[in-house]
Amino acid sequence: MKLRKKIALGLVLTMGLTMFAGCGGNDAQQDAEQTGGDAAAAIKVGGTGPLTGGASIYGLAVQRGAEIAVEEVNALGGVQFELKMEDDAHDAEKAVNAYNALKDWGMQLSLNSVTTTPGIATSELNNEDRIFGLTPSASGTKVTEGKDNVFQMCFADPNQGSASAKYISEQQLGSKIAVIYKNDDAYSSGIYEKFKAEANALGLAIVSETTFTTDSQNDFSVQLQDAKNAGADLLFLPMYYDAASLILNQANAMGYAPKFFGVDGMDGILTLEGFDTSLAEGVMLLTPFSADAEDELTKNFVAKYQDKYGEVPNQFAADAYDCIYALHQACTAAGATADMSAEELNDLMVEQFTTMTFDGLTGTGATWSADGQITKDPKGMVIQNGAYVGM
Amino acid sequence: MNLKTMNKTTRSNMVTYLMVIIAFVIVQALVSSGSISSSLKGQLVPICAYIVMAVSLNLTVGVLGELSLGHAGFMSVGAFSGVVAAICFGQTIENSVAVLILAMLVGGCAAAVVGVLVGVPVLRLSGDYLAIVTLAFGEIIKGIANNLYVGMDANGLHFCMIKNTLEMTDGTMLINGPMGLTGIPRIATFAMGFALIMVCLFVIFNLVNSKSGRAIMALRDNKIAAQSVGINVTNYKLMAFVISAAMAGMAGVLFAANFSTVVASKFDINTSILVLVFVVLGGLGNMRGSIIAATVLTVLPEVLREFSEYRMLVYAIVLIVMMLATNNPTLKNAIGSFTGKFSRNAEKGEKANG
Amino acid sequence: MEFLFNLISGVSLGSIYAIIALGYTMVYGIAKMLNFAHGDVIMVGAYICFFATMRFGMPPLAGVLLSMAVCTLLGIIIERMAYKPLRQAPALAVLITAIGMSYFLQNAAQLLWTSSPKVFQSVVGTINGQTGIALFDGALSISYVTIVTIIVCVIIMVSLVTFVNKTKTGKAMRAVSEDKGAAQLMGINVNTTISLTFAIGSALAAIAGVLLCSAYPTLVPTTGAMPGIKAFTAAVFGGIGSIPGALIGGILLGIIEIFAKAYISTQLSDAIVFAVLIVVLLVKPTGLLGKKVSEKV
Repeated sequence: MKLRKKIALGLVLTMGLTMFAGCGGNDAQQDAEQTGGDAAAAIKVGGTGPLTGGASIYGLAVQRGAEIAVEEVNALGGVQFELKMEDDAHDAEKAVNAYNALKDWGMQLSLNSVTTTPGIATSELNNEDRIFGLTPSASGTKVTEGKDNVFQMCFADPNQGSASAKYISEQQLGSKIAVIYKNDDAYSSGIYEKFKAEANALGLAIVSETTFTTDSQNDFSVQLQDAKNAGADLLFLPMYYDAASLILNQANAMGYAPKFFGVDGMDGILTLEGFDTSLAEGVMLLTPFSADAEDELTKNFVAKYQDKYGEVPNQFAADAYDCIYALHQACTAAGATADMSAEELNDLMVEQFTTMTFDGLTGTGATWSADGQITKDPKGMVIQNGAYVGM
Repeated sequence: MNLKTMNKTTRSNMVTYLMVIIAFVIVQALVSSGSISSSLKGQLVPICAYIVMAVSLNLTVGVLGELSLGHAGFMSVGAFSGVVAAICFGQTIENSVAVLILAMLVGGCAAAVVGVLVGVPVLRLSGDYLAIVTLAFGEIIKGIANNLYVGMDANGLHFCMIKNTLEMTDGTMLINGPMGLTGIPRIATFAMGFALIMVCLFVIFNLVNSKSGRAIMALRDNKIAAQSVGINVTNYKLMAFVISAAMAGMAGVLFAANFSTVVASKFDINTSILVLVFVVLGGLGNMRGSIIAATVLTVLPEVLREFSEYRMLVYAIVLIVMMLATNNPTLKNAIGSFTGKFSRNAEKGEKANG
Repeated sequence: MEFLFNLISGVSLGSIYAIIALGYTMVYGIAKMLNFAHGDVIMVGAYICFFATMRFGMPPLAGVLLSMAVCTLLGIIIERMAYKPLRQAPALAVLITAIGMSYFLQNAAQLLWTSSPKVFQSVVGTINGQTGIALFDGALSISYVTIVTIIVCVIIMVSLVTFVNKTKTGKAMRAVSEDKGAAQLMGINVNTTISLTFAIGSALAAIAGVLLCSAYPTLVPTTGAMPGIKAFTAAVFGGIGSIPGALIGGILLGIIEIFAKAYISTQLSDAIVFAVLIVVLLVKPTGLLGKKVSEKV
């Protein structure tokens, strides 16, 4: 009996160990990537993001996009970066832990957090510790509000909401609008609130507003039925593509075919493994990045990303890539060096970011206001024959 | 007082107090000498909050013998009401310690009121049915908190549900539905956390050793026998449940006041289960065990950071192995010499549950 | 018409909960443990079927069978390694181990299969290009997945009830469920019986996973978690341990959820579902079809 128990215990351990061994090679490789560049003379850039759990797709995309950019930037030979991403599991408490771990590591510049809720908690610390923060994708306004040294690379949520409403109104895409948004998600409800305010101001009629939560992200029949009954001819979907793919699927099964209009979170829907892209035919979205763009910068990035990770990058990866380049541009312009303290770098970066203009994957001629929000042009895209086409 | 003349329980309680005090002094010394990493320093207050959560849940699960899967719900009630109170008090009272204490009282009272509301109907159930009802309650709290809007302007506080219909011209939003609480004054300190732990331990130890405490444990060990000697089942069950809820509420305030933002989804079933893990691993009815388990399991994921993406996998394996090891008869006998009390209590608690 | 539509949606959702709840209740009924890892076995089942059909081009039925085989094996391995050593331990210790197992499976799945969502192709094919039966000139439709799920649910329920009540092994299971010690004295191999229960429960999880993802095709490592908890709720609702109770509980839960969304509030639907559950349990403390346990003195 005793022996059998010991064996069982041993087996559990071996099971665990084999899991490590199985993935071990990969791990070592990634470690090497993370410490790209000459460690001694590199500026330490840290960021937190969900690398595990339900939101890990966003965190991993940011990590990978940033890694590619760091490699490229370091190969240029100018200012060197060393990147480290820590897991926050999309949770404010864990994000603070991750941030502190990065601080212990000696972080000089910060990518803040990938998602909004953790971002609000860590940006507060960025501000207190005087460590410059540039978030790739934490789009909530509270992330930058009242903090002079935290900047965003993505659009702030309200900007997306109002831009969408304006676009719909200008292009006269629909007269009766239905909205389905994710009630327990800061990103989705942030866009929705501004969209609603702007739509009212522009005289657009919102005929149906329904919600879902993380826990009820399966069945959308009620929401779609409500929109259909209200006679909506345009369905606005401020959400990420995983939920949107289910909505498209179920709308199709119901025989309901309004125009669909998404925001930047919709990007990625075409590359979902197994997704029938014909369902997304005619879907419109406002996004600063599309993996199908023909410019050299995008092509190079997408090719590298696919080569390395076997996936098509989404806008999170692109935003992270741009973050590193923006930091690089600012550091170069300000003559920043790796031996500067975080505080010195912080002052230089704040000065640079409020004055510089940046061209990247997610838009050209981007500028930042003193409150940390970015101004760049979103591109209207429509999906035709399984690919994005500019509207 | 002489250590030898004390009875065994008192001695064990003293050891627990002493352990907490020594740990506090050591950590405080490390903090003031600056020889502690910012990672650990940032975790001190959450650890205190989790310890309070663990000992308070232990009162329900270990001492009362009822499985609760919605303990985070009380934490949520405490966090939301306490922080709103803290912001209100903060306008008139300068001293942040006083504000935090008042906020904790408000949070604790709010959680206790909800504890009564929940406890009166559900404590009639038992076992797994009680567990699922507490789980359901936790989810309901989360659902409501996710749809709660509270704003403050010159006229005072404004509330509304589901849709943000507050039309304030110059006010600020305190609770903004799913975006949760933002702009929380970060007034929680490690010393306050320590004080809260000591207060909770004091209350629990005195309760357990009182007449009421013995009645509660009698209910756990044999409900029918306890009833037959005239113990009022509902009253005593409710007493333990509400005290536990109030403490969870206070822990919620402490926790929320350490971060600048808190969302309702934080206090979901996963958090409830996390706290339950502390309790079971530390030993049912064993407060010292809960304190140690809460500390170790809160720090563990941070220590595992070097495993990068395998971190949570390792955490899961460690959790399973720990459960297997602590329940392994051979190992149990070996450590049984100094934690003899723990296994006996655990068995007792279990019988009542099974 | 709207009412009918919502009813159909409710039954569709409920049938999915029901099929998951059957596995939950089976394991609970015999082994008396809440297997929190059940939802994650469902997820593994769905991934296996996804890779079998999408990557290796196996026919759907073969994919389902393969996924059942893998899940059965997984169930037995989990039981042997994590639960069996705790046979004498308190029930709560097993609960925590099950939670640990659930974390393990989720994280292992994320490492092995990444967290990018996969879109699952329904294993239920189309007839004349239609995914469902259209009623009232297409105003309403019932998807084939729903019909298949309900049929499969009923088949599983009937065969489980027959198996548990009529066969010798089933008798042994009931004996173990009543009293492990006494069962052992009667020459029943308790360990084998419990392992068998897990094997059956896990095979059911594989079927549930495939049908869950056929109905709601987004597949991520956390796919099983929330439906798992909802199905657990459904099992308790129907009276945990009762096999017909799981079916009824599941379908009712689905209908309540959809009705709450449609007629009260989409925001508060989950809160309403749980509130109804509490009310039901207060009126009937052991669920709809649960056995009344008389207190032994």
